[in-house]
Amino acid sequence: MKALLVAENRDGKLLASSYELVAFAQQLGADSSMFLVGSENALPQYDGTLYLADSGKHSEYNPAVHKQLLLEVIAKEQPDLVVFSHSSYGWDLAPRVAVALGAAQVSEVVEVVEGAMVVPTCNAKLRRQINVKTGKTVVSLQSGAFCLSEDPSGTPIVEKIDTETASQIVFEGYEEAEAGGVDLSKAEVIVSAGRGIGKPENMPIIEGLAKALKGEYGASRPVVDSDWVDHGRQVGSTGQTVSPKLYVACGISGAIQHLAGMKKSEYIVAINTDKDAPIGEIADVLIVADLKEFVPLMTAKLLA
Amino acid sequence: MKILVCIKQVPDMESKFKIADDATWYDSKDLAWRMNEYDEYAVEQAVQLRTQVEDSDLTVLCIGPQRVQETMKKALAMGCDRGVHIDDDNSFQKDPFEIASMIAEFAKDKSFDMIFTGMQSQDRGSAQVGLMAGEMLSLPSISTVVDFTFEDGKVTAKRELEGGIKAKVSCSAPALVTCQLGLNTPRYPTLPNIMKAKRKELLTLSVADLLKVDSTQETTKIYFPEKRSGGLVLEGAAGDLADKLIQILKENTGVLA
Repeated sequence: MKALLVAENRDGKLLASSYELVAFAQQLGADSSMFLVGSENALPQYDGTLYLADSGKHSEYNPAVHKQLLLEVIAKEQPDLVVFSHSSYGWDLAPRVAVALGAAQVSEVVEVVEGAMVVPTCNAKLRRQINVKTGKTVVSLQSGAFCLSEDPSGTPIVEKIDTETASQIVFEGYEEAEAGGVDLSKAEVIVSAGRGIGKPENMPIIEGLAKALKGEYGASRPVVDSDWVDHGRQVGSTGQTVSPKLYVACGISGAIQHLAGMKKSEYIVAINTDKDAPIGEIADVLIVADLKEFVPLMTAKLLA
Repeated sequence: MKILVCIKQVPDMESKFKIADDATWYDSKDLAWRMNEYDEYAVEQAVQLRTQVEDSDLTVLCIGPQRVQETMKKALAMGCDRGVHIDDDNSFQKDPFEIASMIAEFAKDKSFDMIFTGMQSQDRGSAQVGLMAGEMLSLPSISTVVDFTFEDGKVTAKRELEGGIKAKVSCSAPALVTCQLGLNTPRYPTLPNIMKAKRKELLTLSVADLLKVDSTQETTKIYFPEKRSGGLVLEGAAGDLADKLIQILKENTGVLA
């Protein structure tokens, strides 16, 4: 089996998630080669052929151009699998490549069981096994699902690639994350609010428990999107990544994007009315209770 | 200008899911159904654009069984002008490639200037359909959009990347964008608009007319993930739970020392 791994560059740096693709290929026992629109100054530590296009010329995001570069490499390599990270780059490029190849795309693979790709469904409450019917398969891997057991090593054999494809899309640059947020990565205790708080008037309950535990409060994405809490306190893949001594998730169901930001916490307590909420999978303790009743009681007992 | 917004009806994610008898999908009985959350942002953006550009016409398209018309009525009440329902009792078995191809087949001779979709669905979550439809229609497409402006035929959008960083991207219409949560504030339909929506055109098309490709994949098994062992689940009266949790935190963490 042959796999073409689509590595990723951001702001001139190789993203570490690129090595998760290597781990995936290793687990499948596939021969691999790698594709990167990046730079010679940031090469992956990888033993194999690296097809390298210059991000200075082709930019770090240009779907039409990157697709064309990739299709030329696919035509040459004839891989069985084209492997992406399930990231803002991967989930954007993968469907374009799948359509061009007439190939099945399997998104956000978390594991491979007896040769079948497994993906999360319904906010990770369920899992599905997929049977692919096409010769080639495009896959994207869930962040963190496949990891190398050792530090990456090796030196790639670089083969430079280029194209003159025109694009209708213009990449105009990056916009940095909003400044002025609280640096939650330094907090020893974080109490976070999720959609389960119900309404913004319940935020003081969460802030109260954070204070009683001498920590900071944070929030999941839906709470921030509703403007109940500043983006500067968002925990998750599009917010901050934290690893406090204690993380208390209040009314947070546990979407993968949130888990990505807090699963390395030393001790995780979840408070949720739903016993089957995915947060229960990583929590050390799941308190099945209504946070509006439980949290104020807990705070009062801590302060007593 | 002609605008299309594609929506999906999904179960409320807070539902108690059950596995269907053949174990290849969830049981669709006893579920509450609603508009896919990402698509609410797509509808809102489409309605805003319709209001912004004079003489616009906004079509909402949905694939699924009869019950999806309830969700379509919400989109009509939010401000879509007309609905197209592709009636399909087996839409849950269609893969993203098939769904996208039906959208593309419908849209190919309609000259839409803008197409909006959600960035992904809450149930399958594959994040493929919008982009695939864009590719099939040879339209420039921008995914995961958290900011959208349209001026003189030019689309400028911000894509959400990891860690709160955004990428600013532009292209000319006709184009397709897939909408991320937080793009706007989806409106609630008002009662007069709900009444008005009942009189709006809702065309039904059959799958046979639009599906011209084979499926690329199938779900062979659906199941609940195994619970991680070692996690403690506590139930009971809130006061007792609080006492227990304080004890656990004292024993297992250094934060209450």
